Amino acid sequence: MTEELPNLEGAVCHPPLPHGEQIVMGHGAGGRMSHQLIQKAFLPAFRNPALSAGNDAALVMPDGRQRLSISTDAHVVSPLFFPGGDIGRLAVCGTVNDVAMLGAKPLYLTAGFILEEGLPMETLQRVIESMQAAAEEAGVQIVAGDTKVVQKGKADGLYIATAGVGVVREGVDLGGANARAGDAVILSGTIGDHGIAVLGARGELGFQSSIQSDVAPLNHLIEAMLDASPNIHVLRDPTRGGLATTLNEIAAQSNVGILLDERTLPVHPQVAAACEMLGFDPLYIANEGKVVCILPREEAEKVLAVMRNTRYGEGAVIIGEVTAEPKGRVLLKTAIGSTRVVDMLAGEMLPRIC
Amino acid sequence: MKYVTEYRDAALVQGVIEEIRRTVTRPWTLMEICGGQTHAIVRHGIDQLLPAEIELVHGPGCPVCVTPLELIDKALAIASRPDVIFCSYGDMLRVPGSGRDLFSVRAQGGDVRVVYSPLDAVTLAQQNPDKQVVFFAIGFETTAPPNVMSVLQAQRLGLKNFSILVSHVRVPPAIHAILSSPANRVQGFLLAGHVCAVMGYWEYPPLAEKFRVPMAVTGFEPLDIVQGILTAVQLLEAGKVEVANAYQRAVTFEGLKPAQDAINKVFMECDRKWRGIGMIPMSGWCLRPEFDEFNAEKRFDVEAVRAEESPLCIAGQILQGLKKPHDCSAFGKQCTPEHPLGATMVSAEGACAAYYRYGR
Repeated sequence: MTEELPNLEGAVCHPPLPHGEQIVMGHGAGGRMSHQLIQKAFLPAFRNPALSAGNDAALVMPDGRQRLSISTDAHVVSPLFFPGGDIGRLAVCGTVNDVAMLGAKPLYLTAGFILEEGLPMETLQRVIESMQAAAEEAGVQIVAGDTKVVQKGKADGLYIATAGVGVVREGVDLGGANARAGDAVILSGTIGDHGIAVLGARGELGFQSSIQSDVAPLNHLIEAMLDASPNIHVLRDPTRGGLATTLNEIAAQSNVGILLDERTLPVHPQVAAACEMLGFDPLYIANEGKVVCILPREEAEKVLAVMRNTRYGEGAVIIGEVTAEPKGRVLLKTAIGSTRVVDMLAGEMLPRIC
Repeated sequence: MKYVTEYRDAALVQGVIEEIRRTVTRPWTLMEICGGQTHAIVRHGIDQLLPAEIELVHGPGCPVCVTPLELIDKALAIASRPDVIFCSYGDMLRVPGSGRDLFSVRAQGGDVRVVYSPLDAVTLAQQNPDKQVVFFAIGFETTAPPNVMSVLQAQRLGLKNFSILVSHVRVPPAIHAILSSPANRVQGFLLAGHVCAVMGYWEYPPLAEKFRVPMAVTGFEPLDIVQGILTAVQLLEAGKVEVANAYQRAVTFEGLKPAQDAINKVFMECDRKWRGIGMIPMSGWCLRPEFDEFNAEKRFDVEAVRAEESPLCIAGQILQGLKKPHDCSAFGKQCTPEHPLGATMVSAEGACAAYYRYGR
């Protein structure tokens, strides 16, 4: 080895890339880049109170009396079919869940289809049947739709955008801004199943798993929860960006802190193993059939008991509590007894090198 | 999970930390050389549990962070070509070159793909005979065996459309550079367990001896890390200059001979620039001349690409353990993981990203 010294002075790096000039994949990952896109591009143009509330569904009162919950969701998942679900079931459940998170009973959906030239009719038929099955399970009707076809190569088989409307039940007041210090945080089951199932189905993992997506309509579960306690403060489904991003959104909207206990976080062993191999954190991986519930501590056991008696809530656990400080941040008490911050997903989730 | 949960057992970790408390009598500064360890330390909050006497400083062991700007510019130039499928480990996509990153190239139509193994890139080359497939072969000794295997595999298959862009770095010359610096304050090293699993640790006793600095081969789970710290502290307190192995379930003195043979067959030592640090003599690996046909720099004529970094961030000093992320005035303000000013904020293994994500 040579004795020559490296230049240790003036060690420097290069200026940043704000990605303000063009859309990159990170803008669609559901994390901070998505939020910035909404803040900078959409909100200034469309600004209105229902949109600015920042929830997954909008609460509107057209006649000044009846509260409606409206939401929309576009689906571009690849592959179209994956263990535990498909793009059709996803398109129905995604919108049903968003509508239900404000305490509404979802009633009607619409569906817009963008089809790529050459898509096998049989594929479309399977997706439609799956949508109908999911709609029946949720108890909603798909009452309007639209179809467009684009040239071969201009889409990836099939995209679906759905919109939904529901009637908010009397006596509840739900929203991301309603979390209060002292509240308990309940999660309905394991995290990361959907993201890992889809990644596995792409054949990019290099190993096999039997993980199934958790995609499911949660409206019946939520109905049962609100029957047990109309005093629930927040309901939200941690989809893209994962549990970490959802909790950060709530902490910011409610101006509170959230403290999680790492030992209570439910993660399927195969999801944990896949994450260890790939350098992912289950806290940032998408779910499509889970709900976070924030409610007064004294109501938690009652609601938990009801959840555990349902199909999609049997794995429900308390994962943490709402704190007064630090405002807008999510903290996690690690298994070995230290505390760290859990940030929002930044841009696109990238696997680490080693 | 086997071999993971056992090593995250709170009681066992606390037990070792108690032992560190009993052993330590004065302040010591230790450097963990590996970015994976930096990440684990901050993620599990291990530094919070240590006695105040122990200071951990973070080393230059994040391969993404230290990949020189020039090579990233070369990668961007190659990836922009319409005849190229450019394959990379995921976190390289976000590293800014001069004005662009691989995300931008992809958004403008470049075929940039994340692969989990360089052998996946070889498969892509087989499947796409009309395209040139290039793999961005970065990393320390840990990723060298799969990276050289991709070349040997491509050669065996007679592929004419596969090449690698090499930016390999090695740990021992980096430690030599750090310890040679007049500003050095590192008194003991936690050696990178995965690097040593491949290379063994026979390269380190001469370094320990020369600079009178003890070293402990250390793993990546919380229990491994506190065990490595305890071992280093025991050596320091006893005044011993040794290289001890605190990661025996994975590391032997000799390392993995077949992997080392494969590396030596394909790579040779060469000078290498480290982003934020500068040139460290003979600190890299590059392709031997007999593998020129797999050398992307030669195939795509980008050898002349030159780039200089502008003096905006202190990543270099962080990579050398001279400064901590919050010593930087830009940390968490102008510089965040979405808008990284420096490479240490870019990679999940970078010290700044770890500090930011875990709230320091």
